[in-house]
Amino acid sequence: MELMKAFQTGRSKPIDFRVQQLKNLQRFITEKQKDITDALKKDLHKSENGTLLYELLGLEGEINMAIANLSVWMAPRPVAKNLLTISDEVYIQPEPLGVVLIIGAWNYPITVTLQPLVGAIAAGNAVVVKPSEVSCHTAKVLELLPLYLDPEMYPVVTGGVPETQELLKQRFDHIFYTGNSMVGKLVMEAAARHLTPVTLELGGKNPCYIDKDCDLEIACRRITWGKYINCGQTCISPDYILCEPSIQDKVVEEIRKSIKEFYTDDPKTFIDYGRIINQRHFKRIIALFEGSTVAIGGENDESQCYIAPTVLRDVTPESKVMQEEIFGPVLPIVPIKGVNEAIQFINEREKPLALYVFSSSNKVIKQMISETSSGALLANDCLIHYTISDLPFGGVGNSGMGCYHGKSTFDQLSHLRSCLIKRLGMEQLNGMRYPPHTAEKLRLARLLLLKQVSLGRVRHLVQATTLIMLAAFVLALYYVS
Amino acid sequence: MSSFGVFEMESQRQIIERLRAAFQSGVTAPLQFRLTQLKSLLSLLEDNEPQILEALQKDLAKPKFEAVLSEIDMVVNDLCYTINSLPTWIQPSYVGKNLATKLDDCFVRREPLGVVLIIGAWNYPLQLILAPLIGAIAAGNCAILKPSEISRATERLLAQLIPKYLSQECFAVICGGAEETKSLLENRFDHIFYTGSQAVARSILQAAAVHLTPVTLELGGKCPCLIYGRLDMLAAAKRLVWSKFFNAGQSCVAPDYVLCTPEMREELLPAIAKALSIFYGSQPKQSEDFSRIVTDRHWDRLMALLGKTQGRVVMGGEGSKEDKYFAPTVVVDLDGSDALMQEEIFGPIMPILTIESLEQGITFINQREKPLALYVFSDESQVVNMVLERTSSGGFCSNDGIVHMTLPGLPFGGVGASGMGSYHGRWTFETFSHRRGCMLRGWGLERISMLRYPPYTESNLSWLRWATSAKKKSWGVCSVM
Repeated sequence: MELMKAFQTGRSKPIDFRVQQLKNLQRFITEKQKDITDALKKDLHKSENGTLLYELLGLEGEINMAIANLSVWMAPRPVAKNLLTISDEVYIQPEPLGVVLIIGAWNYPITVTLQPLVGAIAAGNAVVVKPSEVSCHTAKVLELLPLYLDPEMYPVVTGGVPETQELLKQRFDHIFYTGNSMVGKLVMEAAARHLTPVTLELGGKNPCYIDKDCDLEIACRRITWGKYINCGQTCISPDYILCEPSIQDKVVEEIRKSIKEFYTDDPKTFIDYGRIINQRHFKRIIALFEGSTVAIGGENDESQCYIAPTVLRDVTPESKVMQEEIFGPVLPIVPIKGVNEAIQFINEREKPLALYVFSSSNKVIKQMISETSSGALLANDCLIHYTISDLPFGGVGNSGMGCYHGKSTFDQLSHLRSCLIKRLGMEQLNGMRYPPHTAEKLRLARLLLLKQVSLGRVRHLVQATTLIMLAAFVLALYYVS
Repeated sequence: MSSFGVFEMESQRQIIERLRAAFQSGVTAPLQFRLTQLKSLLSLLEDNEPQILEALQKDLAKPKFEAVLSEIDMVVNDLCYTINSLPTWIQPSYVGKNLATKLDDCFVRREPLGVVLIIGAWNYPLQLILAPLIGAIAAGNCAILKPSEISRATERLLAQLIPKYLSQECFAVICGGAEETKSLLENRFDHIFYTGSQAVARSILQAAAVHLTPVTLELGGKCPCLIYGRLDMLAAAKRLVWSKFFNAGQSCVAPDYVLCTPEMREELLPAIAKALSIFYGSQPKQSEDFSRIVTDRHWDRLMALLGKTQGRVVMGGEGSKEDKYFAPTVVVDLDGSDALMQEEIFGPIMPILTIESLEQGITFINQREKPLALYVFSDESQVVNMVLERTSSGGFCSNDGIVHMTLPGLPFGGVGASGMGSYHGRWTFETFSHRRGCMLRGWGLERISMLRYPPYTESNLSWLRWATSAKKKSWGVCSVM
């Protein structure tokens, strides 16, 4: 592959090159801002401010963070030594992997495609960027990347399923995929042929438990915000609510109030309310209504791919809407009797990407944390854990493998190479390990060379004593040989 | 062949279901349980040293010295280190926040994955299955061990001892060959840890893709050893010979082949001969300190390789099939297309290829798959640095062989064709944990939260930009309140 040759020239390795490319990426976002916001308006009916807030703000933060910290991230990371290696250099050296493939998704087509790219560039790799063809206008804008970034090092490949399948036949040093579990499996399988490691940022049904004991007004406002951003097409949006029947009515009312506050009485005409990406998904989501009671919304318009902010009540676990990730502006409420039942319900299902718990009781929150598993957990809010760069962002089980954001992206797309730099001196000490092996040598080797001292606080004293004994032993060996 | 112990008649599926139920009951989560199991594992090793040595002697004719240091003590070391450190490792790590989230708790929790599968190898049959188990237990998982059927005596011993020392509810040994492993892999695990060959690794990765199971693959490859520049040839030769012929060359990190200039080769050969004579005497077959090849089939493979080589055998070359003895062998005058250079040797045959320059040596290495380990012998630091910077490998060690993997602080693993993931010490614990990002928000500061709600305005956007941007060193501490 030509891209492998480009990488092998070593051009992408020096820190100056990486920083320059990151700055170029920043320029792309700034100079093409109008093109980006126009494209997102066409693809997802995202308002300009919505795009700036949800696509570009975080991305700029990541670029700045990478530029500011790159020299530290790239530096050798020293590691504790043992007695044998006391005079050697022992460290972990982060290195580029080579050629990385990034497959983006359509829901936040700029962010989920470019955020991994930030880390891939920072780690010194060459990258093939494959934007999602579903968000076709944004894909067109991303085709302009080679005008800003080194075109040899960071080509953009567009196209649909056949092009992606062709790409996946090639050998990469890492594949970073954002999307659904079904395609995730296919990506991993293709990667298996070349023993290529993968990062899979998938999805799932993110549960949202609302405890009886909490400020329902604030809770519902935050949940409403988290749910209907991007028309529910967010991998970490709260998929469904679990709460006790006694508070269901209040929850519905508070959500109704918040919807009105955010999106006016007529979300269809409101600039900050989005659309479903295409008709296929529109039909899929509408079909999920079957068998459930609509408490709020339900209105829809296929010609515009418009679905009103919707809430379903008294939803049963067997209903259609509970069988797959909704990825739309439909919020089912499943009544359950308290936190224990909620935890059981959650644990009977696949591990989600995010888990939300709303409660004023620390006890309830702690119980939720310790008795469930998920990519991440957020108490008393939705989505915003995404903005903390130091929190690793990724799934577990069906919701994915690997993680990124901030330094985690850099580490994920690097090889952390163990390095031991020794000298050829101190040969007497080495002599202990060479054959012919005697019982005496073995006894001393076990005592001094490998056994760790497990005495906690007394460790330093014992280490000092051991060092003295070691010196004595070396001298003894010297005299013996 | 079913697993030994009380649950003799259980099928694989039943064993896995039993372990899953145990995991879901939460029994493996408490620190106390994990420490008790780890201490029991320690007792297993301490109580059964003679039996372990006997099994290793049967499987590989492993000299007591090698068995004690590279099998028993390595695991004991890691166990002690883990037992002492675990209370620290399981603490949540708190992370930096931005101004908008200053009053929230943000931390990363290490959580167990569930039921993990550990597949061992035959060359270090104890270490390669127990070292991963240490981390699996420490991380709070249940585990199934599948020892290699090729090292039969150790397999039997493990099947007998593990149920005696570890909780049978949570840990099981499943024995068998390729067929049993294949059916085992049809089940769903939460992590698969495999040590072995690339060919099998591909099918494991493919089986894992079906369930989106993350994997760690500790594979092999041809580990190059470059000898260049000014150096103490005898010291280098001793370390080279020690690392090459340890376990009769059957180590994934053994130097596979040597690269040096013709002039250095003239010095190297007599130095190797001298080292061999010091270590194993004039008749290595009689030396108690030299191992045997594991099976007839592997012995045949090595003999066949020697038969096919275009090179010249200058030392060794003989063997006896009855006791699977294969002499320490050195071959010269061969090039990259030779039979000995097509696959990982994994035996006591050392090819020495000549190069005209360091540049040529580096090119030769880079034309091949990334190895698990890369060695350079030189007293000149610029030589060492050049090789380090211009190549890639799982691990790197200058002026010695193998020992970099004895340091628990260094992650031990491959890259590219030599594997993915890493372990030893804390790295094993991290491998078998899920790093869950957690954020606990309060109910207050709703005014700040409101900056993000629709309708989206320019001024709200710029406030949020300011509040969530990465901290810069020149800023003082200030709060947006």
